Amino acid sequence: MNAAAGGLRLESVAVWLGPRLLVPPLDLAIPPGTAATLMGPSGSGKSSLLAHICGTLPPPLRAEGTIRLNDRPLAGLAPEDRRVGILFQDDLLFPHLSVGRNLAFALPRAVKGRERRRRVEAALAESGLEGFYGRDPATLSGGQRSRAALMRTLLAEPLALLLDEPFSRLDGPLRARLRALVFDHARRRGLPTLLVTHDPDDADAAGGPVIMLPDTQNGV
Amino acid sequence: MAATPGLQGRRRRGLWDAWLAAAPAMTLALFLVPIAVGLLGTWLPAFGYLPALGGSGLTIDPWRRLFAVPGLGEAVRLSLATGIGSTVLSLTIAMGSLAAWHGTGVERAIRRTLAPVLAVPHAALAVGLAFLLAPSGWIARALSPWATGWHHPPDLAIVQDPGGLALTFGLVIKETAFLLFMALAAMQQIRVDDGMTIARSLGYRPLAAWIKTILPQLYPQMRLPVFAVLAFALSVVDMGMILGPATPPPLAPLILRWTADPDLSMRFVAAAGAGLQVLLVVAAIALWIAAERAVAAASRAWLVAGRRGGSGLPARAVSGAAQVILALAAAGSIAGLGVWSVAARWHWPESLPAGWRLSTWTGAMPALAAPAWTTLGAGLASTVLALVLVVGCLEHEQRHHVRPTRRALWLLYTPLLVPQIGFLFGLQVVLVALGLDGGWLALVWSHLLFVLPYIFLSLADPWRTLDERYQRTAACLGAAPVRAFLAVKLPMLLRPILVAGAVGLSVSVAQYLPTVFAGAGRLTTLTTEAVALASGADRRVIGVYAFAQALLPLLGFGIALALPAWLYRRRRGMRR
Repeated sequence: MNAAAGGLRLESVAVWLGPRLLVPPLDLAIPPGTAATLMGPSGSGKSSLLAHICGTLPPPLRAEGTIRLNDRPLAGLAPEDRRVGILFQDDLLFPHLSVGRNLAFALPRAVKGRERRRRVEAALAESGLEGFYGRDPATLSGGQRSRAALMRTLLAEPLALLLDEPFSRLDGPLRARLRALVFDHARRRGLPTLLVTHDPDDADAAGGPVIMLPDTQNGV
Repeated sequence: MAATPGLQGRRRRGLWDAWLAAAPAMTLALFLVPIAVGLLGTWLPAFGYLPALGGSGLTIDPWRRLFAVPGLGEAVRLSLATGIGSTVLSLTIAMGSLAAWHGTGVERAIRRTLAPVLAVPHAALAVGLAFLLAPSGWIARALSPWATGWHHPPDLAIVQDPGGLALTFGLVIKETAFLLFMALAAMQQIRVDDGMTIARSLGYRPLAAWIKTILPQLYPQMRLPVFAVLAFALSVVDMGMILGPATPPPLAPLILRWTADPDLSMRFVAAAGAGLQVLLVVAAIALWIAAERAVAAASRAWLVAGRRGGSGLPARAVSGAAQVILALAAAGSIAGLGVWSVAARWHWPESLPAGWRLSTWTGAMPALAAPAWTTLGAGLASTVLALVLVVGCLEHEQRHHVRPTRRALWLLYTPLLVPQIGFLFGLQVVLVALGLDGGWLALVWSHLLFVLPYIFLSLADPWRTLDERYQRTAACLGAAPVRAFLAVKLPMLLRPILVAGAVGLSVSVAQYLPTVFAGAGRLTTLTTEAVALASGADRRVIGVYAFAQALLPLLGFGIALALPAWLYRRRRGMRR
């Protein structure tokens, strides 16, 4: 075991739905800056596994096993204390806040005063959204919304990134561009990344190991 | 690393968790204890036990005296006829309109006119309706003398008629709106469009499709609201006093008369009467359940007999006419109050006053101010309290992933199912003993009992349907629960919260009996003043009070709709 490696490690993590085993015990090590992919049929518990890593698994789902992030066990930590970033299929930008204030929401408290605004503007510029600070999220295109959601997640300075089919709502070149942007950022920041998808192209872009979850729905 | 929250954060979260853990039990206690105490305080005197008035033993003497009261049978008959009659009519009109006009512009028009009718207090509507229907009222004026041949107001008992028709009409206006509102909310839980599409593709005409596929899914969710309507209509006091006959009145106003009788021994008769009122409601609900069974059994074969139904035109004609009459009556009632309040000379049979003046308002202002502030204060206090409690319950429910059971829903409806006169009388006995009657605590608490269920009912659905991933996203971005709640959930739910608040305010403003008992004459509201004036004062003055009473809840709804619209005028995603 290379304990010094850090990253995101799952040790015999299993997810149950009541008495039914949804995700059989899974061992997985994702070193910093690399991405692993989880694939499997609908209802195989992929999203539940991500929710468990975030600390937001709702009953009657429950999970067992150990999750470590940079050698720190996550068990018992509240979701907001885990520093695990997640992107969903829907961008989930808060509809009552402007684009810039959505991003500012994610900045850690330690960033103060004018630096907050500067950091948000920088993130907007970095994602091709210059001048969007005061815009209503509802007026953005799908691609723009996805980029804003990505920057919001990254501004919270996560130590790991979870992707719950974030590309599936986009198509064609837009999809490829966002995919490249996400993985590029994750690599540059050295984030261990776990991707859930139906699309083999997504898995290719992630570049890491691919784990197929069995179809537990049709089990006896 | 910001892995552990600071001391302050932890303390704040501790308080938050403690509040969420305590909210459901506290809420239940706050509104079940007074009802239980009130029922006990009613039933003991009903059997002669009321030490303050020298009743120390148990006896059935109060009941014997109750049944010896002349006209009691007629009072009970009136209550049953108006209560059951108005409930059957309201439910028929509400369901009939939805069935006949599903998916049409008429359905949307009904939807839009509901809020104002719901917001108008019963008392104000009753006063306005009396101004409209009376022989000297607006309708008779409009038709005289050219159509009626009347040159003087005829001596007819159109309002306060011995049969209780005017009272039934007033109840139907309010209760149809309430049942429509509850039905439209419940229909969001049903896949109405899918059901209609399938039934129609199988050859069913729209009316038959709705009655055979939607109604059987909708009605089970309408039962508690229907029972609440039945209980309310059987025991209504303020509308009964204004629109019902006087000799004898329906049972509930008769009991209220006894509680204020100078002969203190009549309190025992009043207690027995309040007990009888509860029994009446229980019996009516039992009868209703039996009727439900009968209808269900009778329609079992009919549902699948394959009849595709007719054009539905007669149903449209009847329900459409009923809706128009109800809407015109409601609008005419409130407009009439407004017109009377600014009328100068208005001779019969002129359709409009000969002159206008504001002096009735300015003259009434000094006397109006205190009850107006009491109305607003009690309304805001009970509404804010109820909002805090309900939000605590809903957050607790979401945090622990529990859903209230059917039985919990019955508990929520308890204050709406137990007739007010059946436990408020007893509650007053206890309040007097504790020296709390006539104080703000008693007034706000007694309003809270009725405000809370309505706020829960109007806030629960929006609260539960907000995508929970927004809060998960906030948490994953590092926001602690309190911050995620304050910065994400509250602003996103601002509109439903304010609308629920407006509902709460309108319920509080409408409370007559709780204000009479808890206020003990020392705290009066626009409602108690309007009802007191209704029996004799100048129509202009009554108009001022009743119009002011109707205006307050309408203002509440106006603010609840306008404020979020203005705050979020640049947020398209917040418009719904």
